[in-house]
Amino acid sequence: MSSEVLLDCKGVWKLYGADLQTFLTRHANAPSDQDLADHNIIGAVRGVDVAIRKGEIFVIMGLSGSGKSTLVRCLSRLIEPNAGTIGYEGRDLLAMSDAELIEVRRRKMGMVFQHFALLPHLTVLQNVAFPLEVQGVDRKRRETDAMRMIETVGLSGREGNYPRQLSGGQQQRVGIARSLVTNPELWFLDEPFSALDPLIRREMQDEFIRLQSMLRKTIVFITHDFDEAIRLADRIAVLKDGRIEQTATPEELMTNPATPYVAEFTRHVDRAKVVRLQSIMTPFTGDGPWSGALPGKLTVAETVAQIDAGEHPFQVLDDAGKPVGMVSARQAIDVMIGRPAQ
Amino acid sequence: MSDETVNMTPVIETGRPEKGSGGAWVFWTVLFAATWALSTWSFALYKALDARWIIRFPARFALNLDTWITDAVNWLVEDLSFGLFTFRDTTRFLAAIIEAPYDIVRALLIDGFQSGQGQQAVEMFPPLSWLAVIAVMVALARYARDWSLAALVGGCFAYLAIFGQWESAMITLASVLIAVPIGGVGGLLLGVASYRSDRFERALRPVLDLMQTVPVFAYLVPILVLFGFGPVAALIATVIYAMPPMVRNTTVALQSVPEEVIEAGRMMGCGERQLMWKVLIPTALPSIMVGVNQVIMLTLNMVIIASMIGAGGLGYDVLTALRRLDIGGGIEAGVAIVVMAIALDRLSQAFAERRLRPLPDPSLPLHRRHPLATGTLAVVVLTTLSGFFVDGLRTYPEALTVTTGDFWATGIEWINVNFFDAIDAAKNLLLTWVMLPVKQFFSGIPWFWGIAVVGLAAGRLGGWKLGLMAAAMMAFIAASGLWGKAMTTVYLTTVAVFLASLIGIPLGIWAGQNARANSILGAIIDTLQTLPSFVYLIPVVMLFRVGDFSALIAMVLYALAPAVRYAAHGIRSIDPELIEAGRVSGCTRRQMLRRIRVPLAAPSLLLGLNQTIMLALSMLVITALVGTRDLGQEVYIALTKANVGQGLVAGISVAFIAIIADRVVNALARSTRERLGIK
Ligand SMILES: Nc1ncnc2c1ncn2[C@@H]1O[C@H](COP(=O)(O)OP(=O)(O)O)[C@@H](O)[C@H]1O
Ligand SMILES: [Mg+2]
Repeated sequence: MSSEVLLDCKGVWKLYGADLQTFLTRHANAPSDQDLADHNIIGAVRGVDVAIRKGEIFVIMGLSGSGKSTLVRCLSRLIEPNAGTIGYEGRDLLAMSDAELIEVRRRKMGMVFQHFALLPHLTVLQNVAFPLEVQGVDRKRRETDAMRMIETVGLSGREGNYPRQLSGGQQQRVGIARSLVTNPELWFLDEPFSALDPLIRREMQDEFIRLQSMLRKTIVFITHDFDEAIRLADRIAVLKDGRIEQTATPEELMTNPATPYVAEFTRHVDRAKVVRLQSIMTPFTGDGPWSGALPGKLTVAETVAQIDAGEHPFQVLDDAGKPVGMVSARQAIDVMIGRPAQ
Repeated sequence: MSDETVNMTPVIETGRPEKGSGGAWVFWTVLFAATWALSTWSFALYKALDARWIIRFPARFALNLDTWITDAVNWLVEDLSFGLFTFRDTTRFLAAIIEAPYDIVRALLIDGFQSGQGQQAVEMFPPLSWLAVIAVMVALARYARDWSLAALVGGCFAYLAIFGQWESAMITLASVLIAVPIGGVGGLLLGVASYRSDRFERALRPVLDLMQTVPVFAYLVPILVLFGFGPVAALIATVIYAMPPMVRNTTVALQSVPEEVIEAGRMMGCGERQLMWKVLIPTALPSIMVGVNQVIMLTLNMVIIASMIGAGGLGYDVLTALRRLDIGGGIEAGVAIVVMAIALDRLSQAFAERRLRPLPDPSLPLHRRHPLATGTLAVVVLTTLSGFFVDGLRTYPEALTVTTGDFWATGIEWINVNFFDAIDAAKNLLLTWVMLPVKQFFSGIPWFWGIAVVGLAAGRLGGWKLGLMAAAMMAFIAASGLWGKAMTTVYLTTVAVFLASLIGIPLGIWAGQNARANSILGAIIDTLQTLPSFVYLIPVVMLFRVGDFSALIAMVLYALAPAVRYAAHGIRSIDPELIEAGRVSGCTRRQMLRRIRVPLAAPSLLLGLNQTIMLALSMLVITALVGTRDLGQEVYIALTKANVGQGLVAGISVAFIAIIADRVVNALARSTRERLGIK
């Protein structure tokens, strides 16, 4: 993962109420929650900073009403923020003209919606081809591209159906295919799986992970489900009442919650499924004997059976396959049963 | 346990008036008593004080709006010139634009294409064969839904042929085929514009309100003066009448497209126009099609009225039959209109509800991919070309037509002979005990007190702004010298709405609780609502002759539907948990109805009342033809004299009464809803 920032959002505010511009100027673009309450103004997004790096899955997590949808719509400029800056590839997204914005959306951005937002009068094929149709791509080419995308999301054979003939999970596959057909580099997903049943949701998450391993997009993923966030994220921003409580990797959140609010979320999550070997390993000493070697990226839950079965500690390898640490059965079991490490 | 000892649940308590209800009671009693007293003794008062102004609006202050309007229109038509062309030229140009397509459709359906003029005209091409028209209708129905709808629609059109109404029906169909696209597209564009711009919507809304409340007769007059007697004037009046619901419907349909779909469109890089025509309108299309259905129904509703200013066809047949009191002919043509209305209604509904089907395999040959379209085309071409040689294919053979005119005439006569006494007794009963007392009450109210009492009542119910508006509107009516006729209007409407509610609400409550009753009543009400308002007049006049009583019966019949429908809807949409709560606290069936269902359905009942009033008023205007002496008659007289000012002023007066009633009932519904905490 490179650390180049693709989408850089600084001090973004989105308020609902009367006379917002004077209000913001009077409070120097940084009103307190008390100021908002005093003026009867809803602060949907309050001074948010996020920097989304190329190729990462950035999850914005928060309860319903915390401002996630508003934030992601500011990032894609579906909603104009009242204050703040949003840089996209070094260009000022908020200063773009309508024509420029349309161009950026056509070529660089894709978005998936909670309730699918498919066009009811078009078939699956026509829905997926729609973004290309809007760009004026000729019919033959857009249908070939769309067919390929439909195949990628596993809906071959369904291209002649209308959306209402599909299940929720299938409809969202269409939504995903449609958002990817123009091969965008930045992919927004606003609670894409929240409207689905738990089992289907799980299946779609797996599908999502599979797609991302093939496509390597830069992703902004919205969810209210902390488990989902942990499962998918490279980094998570926890949102509460329009403000970001903490931005960190899932592991950092688990091991080091910044506020009691974040800690409350982490309490009920199985740590073993989040904590990776590389964060519990002890420094590499070089002398064996070893029972084997494991990539440091794997989680404790994934490896504990193997580690426990081995007689000796395991080497922990970095991305390049070089041993950087070691881990014993005791350490893994500490995490599993929640015993403080020695 | 007796009825009264049952515990009242909180629901039941909120059903009662809250604080200040004592004050309200006093207010209404005093207001009514004063009105009654003044109404009873106003004449005596005038005699005693020798103050004629009590019963007549003083001529000194009269508003002569009608003469001003007439003069202004005359100036428009006769003198206004824009330099290169005159106002007259403009209207002629407009008329030509509408006339050209109308002539083509008419030629296609019935006249055939001719070259040359008058006697020397030579037929170039025959009209479509009657079989071809039926085939097209059947194919459309099959395309929109299934073979059973196709059978219904085909049967309806076959009826028109067999029962000798074909020619008139095709003339009517021609005007429908012109008016509906104009109204539909015009309404769509206005609806799109008011979706896009709030300012435009705010400007358009009062215009639409007026278009829907001013009785049609009122704007028939200026149209007649501007465009002259003929099918074009009729088409223009029809479009004006049929378009407003399409505008509203389009705006609402667009507004209810989910926000996410719009955002999806934007994120895919749609420009404004692509967003509107590729995303918003297709997504909203099923609801927009409901608007098209309404345009069709209103167009058919207008056919008889439009024939007063020059539309031919079935409407004209009904009108002439009514004027001649030709019972059989009137009913025959009336039934033909109904048959056509049912066919077009079901057909357009089917299009609105049509489900998309999988696209055909493009590798098949054309006639296999579109068997219906190619088959129909073949039938059309074959039958029409053979029409050159076989007369029976051109027009339905006269020898095979069946006329029902005599049947209807004898039927009505039989009823009149055998039930004359019963009918007459019922009529007299209602006249003496209900209609006359109410009439005396309303017509006795002196104009100044009438203005005051309407203002006070409206103000009490809807705030002082509404009160002032209502008083000003009543003052306008009085100042225009129409007070007496307005009171006749109010009296007839009041009695009709009362009777319609008396019959309709219990039926609706019954339907709301009983699925069987609901399906039967629903079907009846649906059919009643497809009937053009005018059709109600035909049997009524045949049975009860002319006069207030006939008018009343027609109004009650026409206004019944919303009372039933809204009552049923209100009862059915009560939260089932509340019903269960009532049942658990031990309510009997009667208590459930009186204390839970009806109070909770009150807002819906009030909306139904509102609709009932509006329909009764719109019917009232039409009943001028059977001799009522109200504002409707004033408009109708203006129409026959082509007096623009008189017609418009009387029309606006009717609209004012409608607007006052609408706002007051809505205010009442709103406060009831708030009290019940229903949104
Ligand atoms: N158009 C709007 N007008 C007023 N308030 C709004 C509007 N849109 C969102 N809000 C408010 O902003 C807050 C955040 O909404 P949203 O971003 O939809 O939350 P989430 O997606 O996290 O559930 C909510 O309190 C919501 O009521
Ligand atoms: Mg949301």
